[in-house]
Amino acid sequence: MGNTPGQLPLSEAKVRMSLTMPLPEAPPKRDVVIEIGGLPIEVQTTDPDFERILWGRYRDYIRPGTTSQFALHVQMTTPDAFDPDADAEVWLEGREWRMERGDFRASFDPVARRGQVNQSANPYSIDSVLRIVHTLMLAPQGGFLLHASSAVRNGKAFLFSGVSEAGKTTMARLAPPDVALLTDEASYVRKVDGRYLAYGTPFAGELGQPGKNISAPIAALYLLKKAPENSIEKIHPAEATQRLLRNILFFAHQPEMVRQVFDAACAFVAAVPVFQLAFFPDQRVWELIG
Amino acid sequence: MATAEMYLSQSADIAARTLGDDTLIMSTLDSTIFVLNSVGTAIWNAADGRTPLSQIVHDRVCSEFEVTDEEAYADAREFIGQLAEHGILRITQEPVSPTEAQ
Repeated sequence: MGNTPGQLPLSEAKVRMSLTMPLPEAPPKRDVVIEIGGLPIEVQTTDPDFERILWGRYRDYIRPGTTSQFALHVQMTTPDAFDPDADAEVWLEGREWRMERGDFRASFDPVARRGQVNQSANPYSIDSVLRIVHTLMLAPQGGFLLHASSAVRNGKAFLFSGVSEAGKTTMARLAPPDVALLTDEASYVRKVDGRYLAYGTPFAGELGQPGKNISAPIAALYLLKKAPENSIEKIHPAEATQRLLRNILFFAHQPEMVRQVFDAACAFVAAVPVFQLAFFPDQRVWELIG
Repeated sequence: MATAEMYLSQSADIAARTLGDDTLIMSTLDSTIFVLNSVGTAIWNAADGRTPLSQIVHDRVCSEFEVTDEEAYADAREFIGQLAEHGILRITQEPVSPTEAQ
């Protein structure tokens, strides 16, 4: 059946219409580069509320104008459940790491250095994803995140590790003015040119404030225990390694990753003195540090 | 009555490191950590899948530490049972070849 002269076939009319109609404008990018432990990760978003949240939480760790080889594309979704204190599940699927908790679903490809995060506009989900991605990147390099507060005094870093209530935040609170706090929650340990460095992190605990964004060589790791009097005791390497392993943030229980973390802990204990610090929670404990 | 002989092989699903006299072992399956003392380390190092437990106890434990064969054997059985429960050690009633031991 032919067309009436002067009329466009319907399909052609649609094509012309779509060519002449303005395309919906893409929302502006609001990407933010967050550098922790010397590793910049670009968090890609188009959501202005989420961008504000990132600036609020990571202000001292944001590097405007910096490019990064690592990127996490964040897609806003409504979460199935919201419990930031729940444990995240992390597993390897092909070459991609998958991470899931009630409030987020994420993936990260360490070879492509790209990841995807589905979450709502809140700081807790992206904070967990960043912690996990950093542990995954650190492990092959002999580094780790540790449940520990850490601080720099006289150019040297000191780590204070222990289980919940052991005194990590207490040590941070008691720190005298000449001490720069790196974190009261999750210490960032990297092996650089054969030396172990501690970096400041924005991962805050009870203190509720980010650490100073600096780094220093680690002089000692103290495993904390509250006691009526202050005392320091060197710990045997096997016990030190065992206790260190218990406090390393360790999300991915995949055999190769377990071996890497195990080797990292053994190498750390061989290089850094580890002590048990029994302490009475007042300022005098800092007379023993530095 | 004679007790059946036991042969021990180290699991492949572990990471292990000797630190001084002790050995630290971590399961790569469930991340359980064990610290073996010098006696445990002696048994662990001899777990080649081919040497019977009784011989390991006699040669590596009783000759080095002041303990009778019977006492040491009973303790060793309990010890290897705990490691086997976590998949750290494999126990067989026949010797295994080096490739099977992995």
